[in-house]
Amino acid sequence: MPLRFDKWLLAAAMALFGASVWAAELTVSAAASLTDAFREIARGYEAQHPGARVLLNFGASGALLQQIAKGAPVDVFASADQETMDQAQQQDLIAERRDFTRNALVLILPADSRLAPGALGDLAQDGVKRIAIGNPAVAPIGRYARRALENAKLWTAVESKIIHAQNVRQALDYVARSEVDAGFVFATDAAVMKDKVKVAFKVAPDVPMRYPIARIAASPNAGEAKRFVAYVLSPAGQAVLARHGFLQP
Amino acid sequence: MDMAWSALGLSLKVAGWATALNLLLGVGVGFLLARARFPGRDLLDSLLTLPMVMPPTVLGYYLLVVLGRRGWLGSWLQESFGINLIFTWQGAVIAATIVAFPLVFKPARAAFEAVDGQLEQAARVLGVAEIGIFFRVTLPLAWRGILAGVLLAFARALGEFGATLMIAGSIPGKTQTLSVAVYEAVQAGQDEVASTLVLVTSAVCIAVLMAAGRLAPGRIANR
Repeated sequence: MPLRFDKWLLAAAMALFGASVWAAELTVSAAASLTDAFREIARGYEAQHPGARVLLNFGASGALLQQIAKGAPVDVFASADQETMDQAQQQDLIAERRDFTRNALVLILPADSRLAPGALGDLAQDGVKRIAIGNPAVAPIGRYARRALENAKLWTAVESKIIHAQNVRQALDYVARSEVDAGFVFATDAAVMKDKVKVAFKVAPDVPMRYPIARIAASPNAGEAKRFVAYVLSPAGQAVLARHGFLQP
Repeated sequence: MDMAWSALGLSLKVAGWATALNLLLGVGVGFLLARARFPGRDLLDSLLTLPMVMPPTVLGYYLLVVLGRRGWLGSWLQESFGINLIFTWQGAVIAATIVAFPLVFKPARAAFEAVDGQLEQAARVLGVAEIGIFFRVTLPLAWRGILAGVLLAFARALGEFGATLMIAGSIPGKTQTLSVAVYEAVQAGQDEVASTLVLVTSAVCIAVLMAAGRLAPGRIANR
């Protein structure tokens, strides 16, 4: 009897361990700002293609790139800026790159904040003690924010107030919890926590914040990857993105 | 390289403070639980051991909720003293202290329980005051067990990552400890920085272990 139990246990363990290896799976690494939209897109894709399973991996675009560069088994990569995808391209990691959506940079405050900055220059005031941005080394939102502050000749004035978040969603969370006085996020992120944060103003971009998507060159599921990218670009995928506040590329 | 040294300095500062605090707290609470009899003692022991088994992220979340600007303790500290612990190295000390606390408290309690009560009784008969008995009899007898825990606590505090990142963030030169700096460097693909940091960390860990090895046999020989 104990022996039989062991056999069953072993069989169950093997089935559980192997299950994820056998199923037809597609791994998609996407920028943190795409979290909600891509979850919905993945559900739509799975509904349209029975048997397909989409695994989503969200994070700062730069961190995702490093995972891919180190050989993570990713099939599709969607980044929040061109720079990260350029790096992927230079390392010959990707194939068939397309811009699929666009976003806007906003400054947000905790919903109950008494501050009312009307322009970037107001961030230099004493009332603003901490400003969250995504870490510019890995998060596109951090680079966009830093560039906006640099262009306004404000970076040196506010640098000591900057708190680096791991990605844009952590910056959003810091603002929502009032741990910082203000934060830079994408317009679509601010909309996720409408009850906890308020948008102070939209930052005029010097370049359009277009999101590229590409198939990973080393992916063994090229066909499936192509199908997923096509779905994101299709009217169905674009409708989901628009519903989450993303703009036409 | 500058970054590696500042991260190392910060890690040692945070781990040092956490260890010093745990020496006081762990020994005090360990002694109390070893000697005092009161209802709920087992429950209290379990609660105090919790940081050892709980994921550091759970602890980080608790700390963020309690110590954050909207937390009950955090808002009180902010309003009464203007203290804000989030994104400060003191916040990192609190995270490291709590995470490493059971590593001092558990061995301390066991060591105090193992102390022969007859020796304390003998001191009492000879007219030594209770406080004197603790420092001159009980503590020296329990010291070896406590020291082992203290070294482990220092190592654990040095390596603390999850809770620290959640409440202290990752501000270079201010709250970016070695383990957080390694994570950041790998995320950003700065492999050379990561390699330097990893080597520095490994060297420190070996030094701690060797120090522990040097202390421990002497203690055993004395016994």
